[in-house]
Parts: sequence; C-alpha cells; structure tokens
Amino acid sequence: MTVIGWLQIILYCAIVVALTKPLGWYMTRVFNGERTFLSPVLRPIEAGIYWISGVDEKREQHWMTYTVAMLLFHVGGFLIIYGLMRLQAVLPFNPAGQSAVGEDLSFNTAISFITNTNWQNYGGESTLSYLTQMVGLTHQNFLSAATGIVLAVALIRGFSRASMRTVGNFWVDVTRCTLYVLLPICIVYTLFLVWQGIPQTLGAYVEATTLEGARQTIAVGPVASQVAIKMLGTNGGGFFNANAAHPFENPTALSNFVQMLSIFVLGAALTNVFGRMVGNQRQGWAILAVMGVLFVAGVGVCYWAEANGTATMHALGLTGGNMEGKEVRFGIVASSLFAVITTAASCGAVNAMHDSFTALGGMIPLINIQLGEIIVGGVGAGMYGMLLFVILAIFVAGLMVGRTPEYVGKKIEAREVKMAMLAILVLPLMYLGWTAVGVVYPAAVASMANAGPHGFTEVLYAFTSATGNNGSAFAGLTGNTLFYNLTLASAMFVGRFFMIVPAMAIAGSLAGKKSVPASAGTFPTTGGLFVGLVVGVILIIGGLTFFPALALGPIVEHLAMNAGQVF
Amino acid sequence: MLREIRPAIVLLLALTAITGLAYPLAMTAIAGTLFPVQAQGSLIEKDGKVIGSALIGQEFKDDKYFHGRPSATVAPDPNDSTKTVPAPYNAANSGGSNLGPTSKALADRLKEDVDKLRSENPNAAVPVDLVTTSASGLDPNISPEAAQFQVPRVAKARNLPEDQVKQLVTANTEGRLLGLLGEPRVNVLALNLALDRMAAK
Repeated sequence: MTVIGWLQIILYCAIVVALTKPLGWYMTRVFNGERTFLSPVLRPIEAGIYWISGVDEKREQHWMTYTVAMLLFHVGGFLIIYGLMRLQAVLPFNPAGQSAVGEDLSFNTAISFITNTNWQNYGGESTLSYLTQMVGLTHQNFLSAATGIVLAVALIRGFSRASMRTVGNFWVDVTRCTLYVLLPICIVYTLFLVWQGIPQTLGAYVEATTLEGARQTIAVGPVASQVAIKMLGTNGGGFFNANAAHPFENPTALSNFVQMLSIFVLGAALTNVFGRMVGNQRQGWAILAVMGVLFVAGVGVCYWAEANGTATMHALGLTGGNMEGKEVRFGIVASSLFAVITTAASCGAVNAMHDSFTALGGMIPLINIQLGEIIVGGVGAGMYGMLLFVILAIFVAGLMVGRTPEYVGKKIEAREVKMAMLAILVLPLMYLGWTAVGVVYPAAVASMANAGPHGFTEVLYAFTSATGNNGSAFAGLTGNTLFYNLTLASAMFVGRFFMIVPAMAIAGSLAGKKSVPASAGTFPTTGGLFVGLVVGVILIIGGLTFFPALALGPIVEHLAMNAGQVF
Repeated sequence: MLREIRPAIVLLLALTAITGLAYPLAMTAIAGTLFPVQAQGSLIEKDGKVIGSALIGQEFKDDKYFHGRPSATVAPDPNDSTKTVPAPYNAANSGGSNLGPTSKALADRLKEDVDKLRSENPNAAVPVDLVTTSASGLDPNISPEAAQFQVPRVAKARNLPEDQVKQLVTANTEGRLLGLLGEPRVNVLALNLALDRMAAK
C-alpha cells in the first residue's frame, strides 16, 4: 500500500460526497414533477410520450398497480432482448456477421438485463451484433436503471407521505428518470469517453497487420454510448468480454476514475433525495455514513490483500503485488478500489479479473454482494435494500426499550418487519441453495476452472452475483451451459423481484400511515449511535448467513495459500 | 390493471427508440465528428496500412522488440469448434487467465516465465507485470521497470548502445495523471515504433 494509493481513494470518496447534495437536489425536483433547467427541451418530448401511450400524468397509482406496471414493463423488455438475440443474424447493424444466439443463452441474457444484473455468459464482441448491443442492451441498461431508481423513490414516498393510498405513477417516474436524469448525463459522458479513446462507430471490426507481421482483428463498435449508461446505471454488462478491463472500454486512468465515480453518484445522491423528501437531510447523511463505514473497511482489506500478493509470487521473489488479471494502467490500487465499488454498488463491471484476486482480496467483493449491495448499492436497489436493514435495525432498537419503533415519523409495525425479513431472507436462500446444488451436480462441477476451495468460491460467487443482480464474476467458471444459464437466470429473477415486491408492499403500507411527531422517546436516527446500530445489524445478519460458506471458500484458501499449498 | 397494458407497450417502444436507437446513433454521429480518431479505435497507420491501435496491445516475440505482458486470450480451435486454443492478443475475444492464487497451473507458469527472464537478464529483479497476464489480454502497457528490464536484450539484438535504448524508454514513459491517478507506464507499441524510427536513422 502506498500514500499515492490512499490519496486516490480519499479523493474518490471526497468527490462522491461532494456530488451527493447537488445531484440529490436535482433528482428531488425531477421526481416531485417540478421544472428543471432542462424542461424547455425535454418537456415537449415527455408530454409527447404520455400522449401516445395514453398516460395521465396526474393520476397516481396504488402500490400494487405501480408494481404491476413495473412488471409488465419488464415483460416487454424481456421479449425485445430475447427476440433480438434470436433474430440478430437477419437484422441490420451486424457487420461482423454474428449468428443467432442459442435459446438458453438468450433467455439468460434477457433475464440478466431486465434485472439490472448484466451477467455475461455471452462474450460481447464474439456473440452480439451492434443492433443487439444498442436496441437490446443499451436500451435495457437505461430502463432497468430507471426502474431501480423509481422503485426507491416510491419507497421513499412511502416514508414521506401520510395517510395516502398512492405512491406515484410508475410511467411518469420512469419516463422522467430516463429523460431528465440518465439521458442528459449519458450524452455528456459518452463524449468524454470517446475523447479518452473509447470507440463509437458502426463500422466493421478492423483488420490490422502488426509490426511483426501477424494479423490482428480488432473489435470495435458503438461502445462509448453503452459504457456510459452501463456505469451510470450500475448495470455493468460490458460491450466486450473483458468488460472495463478492455482498453476500449476503459482506456486511461482518468476514464477509470470517472467510471468509478459514475457507479456511485446516483446511488449516493438517492440518500440525499431521501433526506429531502422526509424533510431532514441529516437522515440521508446518516444512511450515507453507514454505507461509508462499510465501504472504507472493504477497500482497506482488499487493497492490503492485493498489494501483498500471493505466496507463489513471494516464493519467486516477485514484488509489486498481485498483478495477475490486472492492467498496468490501473495497477493495484485502482483495481482493488474498482472491485470494491462495483460490488458495493451492484454494478458488476470489472476492470480486473476477480477470479485471480488473492483469497481475501476476492472475498471482499463477495461479502459486499452478500450483504445485499447496500453500500450505496445499485441505483435505487441499494437504497431500498438499505432501508430494509434500517427497518430491522429500528425494530431491534425498539425491542431493547420495549417501545413501538418509529422511523422518520412512521411507526414500524409487524407488517413492515415481516416484509423486510422476507426480502432479506430470500437472497441467501437463492445463492446458498443453488451453490449447494452447483458443487454436487456433475454437469455443474465440470464448469469450474480452478480446483480446490477456489472452485467452490467460483460457484458461490456466480450465484451470489446473480442473486444480488451484480453481474461481476469469478469468470473462470464456464457459465454458458444449460445448467448455469437456467439456474443463474432463476437466481437473478428471484433476487430482483422477490425483493422488489415486499419493498413495494412496505411503501404502500407506510404511505397509508399517519405521521407521528417525534417525541422525547423517539430514537434519534441521525446520530452516531444509529449509524453504529445499523452497521451492527447488517454485519450480524450478514455474518450469520454466509460466514460458513466463506469459511469453505476464500478463508480456507487463504490458509492453504499461506501453507504453500496449490491445487 | 388493464389500462396499464397500453403504456407497457407504447411507452416501452417509445423509450426503446430513444435510448436504443436515437441515442447511440446520434452519439455515433457527433463523436465521429468531434473525435474522429478515437471514435474509430485510435488506429495507427504506417505506409497506408493499419498496423494496430494505440490502445490495444499486440504480440511481440522478436528479440529486437520490447515485449508486452503475457496474454491469456484464446480463439476457437479450427479443428474442433467446441474447444479453444491459445491466441495471445486476440483483439476479437478479450479475457484473462482467471487462475486463482492457489492455482498450480498459475504457479507453474509463473516459475517458468521467471526462470526464462532471469536467464535473459540476471542483473535485475523480474518485474511482476512481465510474468502475469492482464485482465483483458490486450494490455497495451508495461511498467517502466519491465521496459528497463528488457533494455539489454533489445540493445544487443539491434547493436545499439544500452544508454540510447534506455533513454528512449524514459522518453516513452508516461507518468501518473496530475501526479496522482493511474500508474506509470510505457506503451509497448509506441515504444517499438520509436525504436524502429531510431534504428532507421
């Protein structure tokens, strides 16, 4: 670890915190339906969309209608991606002549993108046409991100409203989020990325003759426009197989730094939106503080482990940390930092291969996802995931003093706690259950790339990543098999929607409650005690759930590595 | 609930048209005008022929060139399409080795490469990036140490004084952005092109 390394980390955190407030202000205006400086340009488009699709923007929806609208929207998104992948061979924008994608891989990829997971069982440049990348994947990158954000906003409205039956209008929220938040940022961002060196072309792959006379086919494409929303929307699905490690997806130290920022900004800003909507920005900062504590701890461990290198490297006298699966322009610190950010945030883009991380360095991304990606989290998903943990923490605090718990003026009662538990418990059920199947079912065992405990970690990571809708991978695992295409798709589906529906039920139930004024007996939720309590609840629930599985994977691998064992 | 069906279809199609077609196509047009070189992939031409991209590494085996990092990229096996064969720096199929810290295959490969490099230059410590594969398999850079490590071999193969080659490496070393972001590095293709130009003089 170096001073320059830590300075990069500190600078990163400082900029995220600095952007939280202005973006939170802007997003609050967007979701309250107020005018913004972009309204003169965007308002006619927005009104036109409502007109042709028959949406009455004044009419708000009950939480169940809101949820059904969201689900219908996803059915359509699924059909578009699946159809494009199956038919891409006969559709335009296919200069590389990619053939139709198989049924199970198309199914997996369609589920993967509508759930904001972007698991890559496909290898972008070797499988997909430009049309599939643009209309299938780029568009769903926008819409699944917008969905995550508006669901968080709906839950926030649940807290901020009193005695109301509705939580907003899904169609209006998703349109405004796409037009006013995601699209304008992406337009500027795309141009920045092209300036840094990311291609943006519809031309065919380039045939080059290298200095030594060999032939090299260089894959290009409309990359920058997809990378922009892939990072901003914490989607993470790469244009290329190597994702953000590919020099065309992340060419420079600056592009890398901005990509890391863009993973966190919207998620962090949502904590401020929360604070503003419930009428006290300190409530938002308290939640961001919980996230910050967990984040910095993760970065510290991961950076230390990667800078330390592996026992094999030490034995050969190699210094400079574990560079296997990392790029020189990023080095140890920017690779470790990126890995922690992308898994804290449900993004899943990678700029280094997590499979080649040291045992402990690779365990941090795994833990981040298993905690539910609540450290800033996926755009929106992190916020509603974190609010579920807050409800539990408040409930535990209430039990200690024997008083009905309250949070930002709402009584937290049996229904909310039950729903929060349901949402939190369904995740380990998926990833632990499927991992158990994956390590004994012969067809699944054959997919492991590494032997020993590392192979187990590959399987655990795959199902954890799918359930958490992260999409990063211990990529040695051969995921493009019938078994993994179907089981991972089921994990992604359950991990997304079985968390969303209970969260929306909480939103509906909270919105209908009266607001109770804070009294002397109210537990203050803006101070250090609250932050410590939530961190504690997260770590206890997380630790109890997945520590045994970690002991079988990365922990035993770390011990084996230090004992000089290889597999 | 039924009245949600129409927006589910029409609004989805409208937003698809905006974000999936209008946005990427407009960006392609604008970016192609503002940054024509980068938009096409930062290609380098020599005598009218494309010799590669400034951002994409390529394989160097000749002693008279600086070598890049090992690459783990593969290509489909021409004899059996279900299998793959090693194809270093395959820019149409990026990827890493994905070998873990306790992998025997990785330990063996590291040892073999370290031994080979030690025999080539016994006077310097072997830089770690010169024996580890990159994440993309297309890393265009090596560390300045890895470039300096190869100076004796390149100078000997080209009959150039070592100092001169060393200076060329230093001149082609890029530092951190603002002294802070990223890592010091040398672009292997750019260095080798400069080397060819120097030798031609």
